[in-house]
Amino acid sequence: MKRLVYVDNNATTRVAPEVLEAMLPYFTELYGNPSSMHTFGGQLYKKINQAREQVANLIGASPQEIIFTSGGTESDNAAIRGTLEANPDKKHIITTRVEHPAVLNLCQYLAQNGYEVTELGVDSQGLLDLDELHGAIRDDTVLITIMYANNETGVLFPVEEIGQIAREKGITFHCDAVQAVGKLPLDVGKSTMDMISLSGHKLHAPKGVGALYIRKGVRFKPFMLGGHHENNRRAGTENVPSIIGLGMACELARKHLPEEQTKVRKLRDKLENLILYQMLNSRLNGHKILRLPNTTNISFEYVEGEAILLLLNEVGICASSGSACTSGSLEPSHVLRAMGVPFTAAHGSIRFSLSRYNTEEEVDYIVEHIPPIIRRLKEISPYSAEIEELELKAAARK
Amino acid sequence: MWDYTDKVKDYFLHPRNVGEIKDADAVGEVGAIACGDALRLYLKLDKKNGNRIADAKFKTFGCGSAIASASALTEMVIGKTLEEAEKITNQDIADFLGGLPPEKMHCSVMGKEALESAIANYRGYKAAPAEEGVIVCKCFGVTDVKIERVVKENRLTTVEQVTNYCKAGGGCKSCHPDIQGIIDKVWEKEVKPVAIPAKPKKMSNLRKMQLIQETIERDIRPVLMMDGGDMDLIDVDGNTVYVSFRGSCAECAGSRVTLKSTVEAKLREFVTEELVVEEVNQ
Ligand SMILES: Cc1ncc(COP(=O)(O)O)c(C=O)c1O
Ligand code: FES
Repeated sequence: MKRLVYVDNNATTRVAPEVLEAMLPYFTELYGNPSSMHTFGGQLYKKINQAREQVANLIGASPQEIIFTSGGTESDNAAIRGTLEANPDKKHIITTRVEHPAVLNLCQYLAQNGYEVTELGVDSQGLLDLDELHGAIRDDTVLITIMYANNETGVLFPVEEIGQIAREKGITFHCDAVQAVGKLPLDVGKSTMDMISLSGHKLHAPKGVGALYIRKGVRFKPFMLGGHHENNRRAGTENVPSIIGLGMACELARKHLPEEQTKVRKLRDKLENLILYQMLNSRLNGHKILRLPNTTNISFEYVEGEAILLLLNEVGICASSGSACTSGSLEPSHVLRAMGVPFTAAHGSIRFSLSRYNTEEEVDYIVEHIPPIIRRLKEISPYSAEIEELELKAAARK
Repeated sequence: MWDYTDKVKDYFLHPRNVGEIKDADAVGEVGAIACGDALRLYLKLDKKNGNRIADAKFKTFGCGSAIASASALTEMVIGKTLEEAEKITNQDIADFLGGLPPEKMHCSVMGKEALESAIANYRGYKAAPAEEGVIVCKCFGVTDVKIERVVKENRLTTVEQVTNYCKAGGGCKSCHPDIQGIIDKVWEKEVKPVAIPAKPKKMSNLRKMQLIQETIERDIRPVLMMDGGDMDLIDVDGNTVYVSFRGSCAECAGSRVTLKSTVEAKLREFVTEELVVEEVNQ
């Protein structure tokens, strides 16, 4: 069998064996409906609340502040639309240009439907300018929605400062923390974030389940209407097995959290340093320090990202790219463009995102395979002269 | 993941004819790194043998299918005269590879253009046909001549297809109306009698009026009233329908924009495609 080295954990993660095991009975014997009056179904209500507690514990919330959703996208939609509906007279939203499409496309839709949206830019390292945020705030600003960690670069935003600014002005602050939860310690009790989106499949739970944290006292109207589930805040019969899985995944994440800062970070740093050192046409995208411990986004200048991915795929390495060809559009990633990464580099960006399941041996395997792949594509490239010039300059700097 | 054929994968993983020809008779160059792909094609002619293409080599910056298309092209042209090679279309390149995903057809177009550019270079022309004309899509530097050509050659009917074939329209989208205009112009001139079914008989003004009123009563007002709003039909002038909105829906500017387009969509669905809705303030 072909070898598999999975380093695309910001796209999705494997379901932890413990999570699967916890879920299985809910597909077989325990198939009831938690809303039922009989014990057979009704007992599941308790189980769901246990899962709610597990999720709450991971982020320092109280269980009543957690509602289960179908994933990160729904959590983002519910938070944003739910806030707008609850505050109908205010029409201005602040977000950033580097959000996940779940937020960005929704905001662009709202901008065409009666709202005004300010998209904050980022600098070349992917960082926000808080003065710009200050300047963007208006009397009718109802919501600030800004992500915690960027899914493409791993760059972290100063969410506590943002929350502080929002709080002073009485504006709701929603944070898409889908990439941060499980990788960074979070304590909403001490935080200024009003709402947080999280998604199961980014932390070793299954796809199609997530949660939204809504701080007690924050105004919110439900987005999904129907039955009385989730305390009237999210209608729809609960996805019991997945919710149980999410609960278990959050408990595991809490246990393994220190490993993210030690083991995972060490592997990531080794991978990153060796690639940047070996490949003279490579450069790091995003701030080196203010970043998730598991993500590295590296550009190989004058080499095209999809071609790199396909060759990595041939040796069983799964990563992703911000090149135009892979984004399904014709332009390279909106995140790299917002950072002003030059086209020569943006088309050749590769993201490696690790998890606690990766090993040092796998990192060595990737490091061994990168140079021949880049060399091969360089030989095909009409820009070989440009690459050589770049490499000479880089070598001179070393 | 793209659904590449085995042949595309083969030509990507084992590209034939990669390299340069130092004393090439013709060099063609298209694309730019900013656009995400670029191709340089070298041809060597056999002067003794009726100027047949004796050797072809390429260098590509691009995705899997760009590399495969370029390599396929070199295989296809070797042994042909320039006149024969000139007849190769982008579809031929795609067919040679067993097909390309629709979003990747521009890779085959790039191959075709590099070939044209090389032939023009050999003949001493300045620009290959695609480089003439005025730029319609600023994001990708695509001209009207080129768009018109891919539309005709590949019988394209939508902006999305044009984007797939030559990238025009794949960025800020501001050129979409212009691209649509080119598509309309091409098919108006060329195929209307065959491709477009006979126009339905012209609707009398009276009948149009009736249908508009019926549609408003049946499909539009009930929906508006559910949200506490309402609308009035003010006038119909030719194909322009003047309406005004009342109640809660009239209060917010945003919802009015949506309203106008929903009303327009319903009227177009049930009356005639040509209708335009205008809002009048009462
Ligand atoms: C930052 C961010 N937000 C939202 C989402 C969407 O989450 P989901 O896939 O669960 O809908 C993702 C995942 O792709 C993400 O990375
Ligand atoms: S001008 Fe054509 S997409 Fe921007």
